[in-house]
Amino acid sequence: MVSPQTMRAVRESGAVPNASLLLEISNARKEFPGVVALDDVSLKLRRGTVHALMGENGAGKSTLMKIIAGIYTPDSGEVKLRGVNIQLKSPLDALENGIAMIHQELNLMPYMSVAENIWIRREPLTRLGFVDHGELNRRTAALFAKLNIDIDPEVQVSTLSVASRQMVEIAKAVSYESDVLIMDEPTSALTETEVAHLFSIIRDLRSQGKGIIYITHKMNELFEIADEFSVFRDGRYIGTHASTDVTRDDIIRMMVGREITQMFPKEEVPIGDVVLSVKDLALKGVFSDISFDVRAGEILGIAGLVGSGRSNVAETIFGVSPATSGTIAINGKPVTIGSPTVAIQHGMAFITEDRKETGCLLALDIQENMQLAVLQDGYTRFGFVTQGELSRTCEEMSQKLRVKTPSLDERVENLSGGNQQKVLIGRWLLTNPKILILDEPTRGIDVGAKAEIHKLVSQLARQGVAVIMISSELPEVLGMSDRIMVMHHGRATGFLDRAEADQVKIMDLAAR
Amino acid sequence: MTTSSETLAAPRARRRKLPTELSILLVLAGIALTFELLGWIFIGQSFLMNQQRLTIMILQVSVVGIIAVGVTQVIITGGIDLSSGSVVGMTAMIAASFAQSADWARPVYPALVGLPVVIPLVIGLAIGTLAGIINGSLISYTKIPPFIATLGMMVSARGVAKWYTKGQPVSGLTPDFTFIGMGIWPVVIFLGVALIFHIALRYTRYGKFTYAIGANPQAARVSGINIEKHLIKVYAIAGMLAGLAGLVTAARAQTAQAGMGVMYELDAIAAAVIGGTSLAGGQGRITGTVIGTIILGTMTSGFTFLRVDAYYQEIIKGMIIVAAVVTDQYRQRKRKKV
Ligand SMILES: Nc1ncnc2c1ncn2[C@@H]1O[C@H](COP(=O)(O)OP(=O)(O)OP(=O)(O)O)[C@@H](O)[C@H]1O
Ligand SMILES: [Mg+2]
Repeated sequence: MVSPQTMRAVRESGAVPNASLLLEISNARKEFPGVVALDDVSLKLRRGTVHALMGENGAGKSTLMKIIAGIYTPDSGEVKLRGVNIQLKSPLDALENGIAMIHQELNLMPYMSVAENIWIRREPLTRLGFVDHGELNRRTAALFAKLNIDIDPEVQVSTLSVASRQMVEIAKAVSYESDVLIMDEPTSALTETEVAHLFSIIRDLRSQGKGIIYITHKMNELFEIADEFSVFRDGRYIGTHASTDVTRDDIIRMMVGREITQMFPKEEVPIGDVVLSVKDLALKGVFSDISFDVRAGEILGIAGLVGSGRSNVAETIFGVSPATSGTIAINGKPVTIGSPTVAIQHGMAFITEDRKETGCLLALDIQENMQLAVLQDGYTRFGFVTQGELSRTCEEMSQKLRVKTPSLDERVENLSGGNQQKVLIGRWLLTNPKILILDEPTRGIDVGAKAEIHKLVSQLARQGVAVIMISSELPEVLGMSDRIMVMHHGRATGFLDRAEADQVKIMDLAAR
Repeated sequence: MTTSSETLAAPRARRRKLPTELSILLVLAGIALTFELLGWIFIGQSFLMNQQRLTIMILQVSVVGIIAVGVTQVIITGGIDLSSGSVVGMTAMIAASFAQSADWARPVYPALVGLPVVIPLVIGLAIGTLAGIINGSLISYTKIPPFIATLGMMVSARGVAKWYTKGQPVSGLTPDFTFIGMGIWPVVIFLGVALIFHIALRYTRYGKFTYAIGANPQAARVSGINIEKHLIKVYAIAGMLAGLAGLVTAARAQTAQAGMGVMYELDAIAAAVIGGTSLAGGQGRITGTVIGTIILGTMTSGFTFLRVDAYYQEIIKGMIIVAAVVTDQYRQRKRKKV
């Protein structure tokens, strides 16, 4: 066993030949209380390749990556870096050994500038030991120029959109110039244009001989960017293949262990009366002239690039940032929605885009998270919560959504990303909403569960719920919506009916 | 709920933001002018045009200010320090016992009188630092909340202060020692300390780490920062500054008493928060804290000037603290929206 320090010394002396196997993990095991997250898992990463990891939510992908990045120590198994056994004890160890990671959840400091975020701990210093802010910003600008990123290095991260933050994370990871770069679902917050941008960055890194581990739930990405991929299921390693050798169905079978027949189980349901009617809605400086109706049983998709104002429209309808002009009518009656509480009283439910910031109560358990919205006016008798009944309902919901967890008492913090999302969806489904607004509902959700959630949404539509679904995933919008509104720069650029909509038309309207 | 995470791309043109301190400065100006006005109406005197009053005012808050500089840093990391007032009492007592002059009748250590002044000074700073290190280590390694760890230290340090001489004051301090509390010195020490840590927070890695840990500990950790070690540093500095405040307090009073510094921790926290430091962590500046400290001083001085009853003073002071923070929150929310 060689310590990271020795490793580094050896590497700097140039003594170790550039073994073509950058990273090799064998027989790794990691157990958390009540869950075996990884069981006898192996992985080989070759130089100059992109290696995708696939698997259902909770399969153990992120856990394995956190072991490689020095955040968790495995219970057993070994990690070989460039052919040498190594034990990583902290994220710092990993970084100093040339392993950088983009985490599944955004990990930026909101009140610090973009440049400060990227170079934290590695700030350029002046001769007197002070941080050289000029040089800091210059370096960031140079990095952004190289990566073709258009973000001001001096702005506070808190003012950036989720997508821009993700680009900052990507730039930060690249800035370590590490040999091994781990990306845990980097595209879940990005739209097609940015994904293409990221892929060109990845191709560049690959041609420089770096090894990239790429976790994703999106099949098309796998075929586009990955050279090979490994599949995990329930903490076990299933196999590794070249991505040219397999079909989509093969992969799904490996991941899920069963067939999934229908990706978008959209049901044709009778469309009823107008439930939500929005007229000339505007939020000053953000979006304007938004008008649409959603009928009972209808699914209205909203497409558009990140920053087009899609989420803002949803937030305004739900009362998070009340409209500055325009009207909202529910069942024909004009209403003023000044806060989310009012929206909920009118039968709305809103699943937000950023689960960490506006969704999960990370420190609380699954049940406490799920029951949050329904407790407003239900499940109480004489002022006391009817806990037994509520527990049963939550239990049912979590089974329906296949939340992977040993029990409902697990803290949400400990769930895998996709399972956190399911808990949030469960929270709002419990309220039996009349109007359901979904903002990127299947972000970070595996194929199986995705089909499951789509089925649920379809069923809700059949029960007469009016659904608004914002999604950056075009197949999802196309597969699920009855009508699609496309937005660009805070305006609706067009509506497409299910029959006429296709990817090209949407992209065309989105870029107008 | 937070505001939209998908807001429109920020305009590329650099917008020079007004510094946060400006609004706090306006609050200070508003309070001072109110006193000026009331002064003319009720007393027939100017509040501001009285240099002596202003000097006394800033002298009175200097000790709290020194503490507040440390507390601000602790709050930026997302923590809190309730122990500083007690640490003032403890260091005042212990340091003073090594600063007694040879001609004093009943010294604590008859063999150790008339020592050179550096000895009590170093001892005072060391004891404060030690208290801070204990706070920081408890928080870092046992993972108990800062509130609890420093609450424990608050009670224990006060206990030490009382136990040390069984409640007797320590007097007869050497002129060399009392010198640091004379005249304008406390103010110089306060502003000097403020300047040093203003620079440290804004222009050194120490500062960047402090903000990073408060803003997002997880992010700081995965960026390779040793959070545990850094927190101990921050609490140690806060402790050292509380120790320094203890030295100044004893020197200024020319005696040390176990009850010194009671409630100073709350005044220091108030100064930081009035000055714009967010209790949620990640945000705050020393300049704001300095202004916050002066606001506290202005209020005390102004009420005395207007001959407001001491009981009313406290009631109004409490309300103003809350009002200042509410205004600040409101202003921040507005700024975030655009
Ligand atoms: N800190 C923790 N404490 C307890 N259990 C944990 C912890 N971290 C992960 N787990 C559990 O380990 C399992 C694997 O989680 P992991 O995050 O690796 O899944 P994943 O494959 O990344 O899933 P996703 O696609 O949803 O991100 C899950 O069942 C999860 O609940
Ligand atoms: Mg994951």
